[in-house]
Amino acid sequence: MDDFLRVLTDNWDIFATGFTTTIKLFLVAAVGSLVGGTLLGAMRVSPVPALRAFGAVYVNLIRNTPLTLVFAFLVFAVPKLEVSIGYFTSACIALIAYTSAFVCEVVRSGINTVPAGQAEAARALGMTYIQVLSTVVLPQAVRSMVPPLVSVLIAMLKNTTIAAGFSVLEAGAIPAYLSERGEPQFAVLIWITIGFLILIIPLVLLQRFLERKWAFAR
Amino acid sequence: MSHATVLYDLPGPRARRRNRVINVVSVVAIAALIAYVGYRFWATGQFEARKWEQFQYAAVQRELLDGYLATLKAAGIAAVLALLFGAVFAAARLSDHWILRAPAAFVVETFRAIPLLILIFFGYYIPLQYGWPLDKLWALIIGLTLYNGSVLAEIFRAGISAVPRGQSEAAYALGMRKGQVLRLILLPQAVRATLPAIVSQLVVLLKDTALGFIITYPELLFVGKQIGGRLAFGLPYVPTYLVVAAIYIATCGLLSLLAWWLQRRMGHVRSAARPRRGAAMDGSGAPQSE
Repeated sequence: MDDFLRVLTDNWDIFATGFTTTIKLFLVAAVGSLVGGTLLGAMRVSPVPALRAFGAVYVNLIRNTPLTLVFAFLVFAVPKLEVSIGYFTSACIALIAYTSAFVCEVVRSGINTVPAGQAEAARALGMTYIQVLSTVVLPQAVRSMVPPLVSVLIAMLKNTTIAAGFSVLEAGAIPAYLSERGEPQFAVLIWITIGFLILIIPLVLLQRFLERKWAFAR
Repeated sequence: MSHATVLYDLPGPRARRRNRVINVVSVVAIAALIAYVGYRFWATGQFEARKWEQFQYAAVQRELLDGYLATLKAAGIAAVLALLFGAVFAAARLSDHWILRAPAAFVVETFRAIPLLILIFFGYYIPLQYGWPLDKLWALIIGLTLYNGSVLAEIFRAGISAVPRGQSEAAYALGMRKGQVLRLILLPQAVRATLPAIVSQLVVLLKDTALGFIITYPELLFVGKQIGGRLAFGLPYVPTYLVVAAIYIATCGLLSLLAWWLQRRMGHVRSAARPRRGAAMDGSGAPQSE
């Protein structure tokens, strides 16, 4: 047990840097993919055929591509196009490009869960277009989007570990560093697991809370 | 997209004209984006014959094929094991005895929360440190099995819980035993309802074999890096990754298509089996989502 604790305290510097980078990566990618995914989702439900097609092609290509390949493309292939981006930026772009596709699908299906009759009833009551969207359609859509969005974000948080394979010192890169220091790997990996549980559990609790708070009958 | 959407009314003449203008502008913008990417490719010499000629060589094609087979092998073994793992743990979580339920819930919830790469590292770094001869293939498979097995267990459980209570009550009333109810009544209905979700999860599993790249298991992506890194051919990373991406997208796309097809098929079967009363009350006649 002493040995187990010692692994953490002796290598606190690496654990702290690793998890700080993970959190930074998560926050940047979360904001980026929520914005990007919402834009893509808006394209997919828009009345403009070209935008709908673009959104559909993008989502279907990305969803069938491994995230590791997106990372590899950004880190190894994009510099060959004489576009220079750092490792951290590459990781952010990869996560945003990938996660946006999943956010887009949540946004789209969230809007699809609202029956057309809702908007028709609102129109029949004489509401303007803006009123229909802001007081009838979007509140219902957003409520059904939030729990799956949190799931997407949790998956993204776990996906940040892939950046470890592409020269970003985040939590997933800790085993490689501590392997060189000869630390017992089992303890190292258990500590990383605990770290991720600490990060994920609040998100899960938030999800449950919102699910309960925003439950509505249909 | 069908005729009626919640978001906007049917466009009138003015809105149609406006939409047409936006459409043209978007087409131009998308074309410009593609043209710019094409220009960057051209400007940096990605279309040079030297960068692509490798793919004509039988040896390189062989290499790609070996990588692809390594990917399929890992995915295939892990898929079978994950389905088994999922079935066992779903059964345990549905058990009437808490002594089975509690540990199964703990295992499933924990493995779902741990990043897959960390699970793979458990199978990679620990044998490495103690000098156990565990193949990288198995490190990858262990990780994939534990993670996807846990996700599948949840899918199975949700599928079985979603079968209407009356089904199992009726079966018990007919005098069936617990095992019979599960095997004859619940499982067939649950499998039918969850098959699309299961196939989708197997697509995820196939995609995740690319993580083998990080532990240097020689799967498709790893082979791609080697082919792309050849100086003699002008470091053809861009062409190689495009080829590799096309292979992944084709494989996963076909499986996704299967999932979509199953979903449509199963959807028909279910709605046909439903009593008509519900459909009449609903009025919209919309198929059941989820």
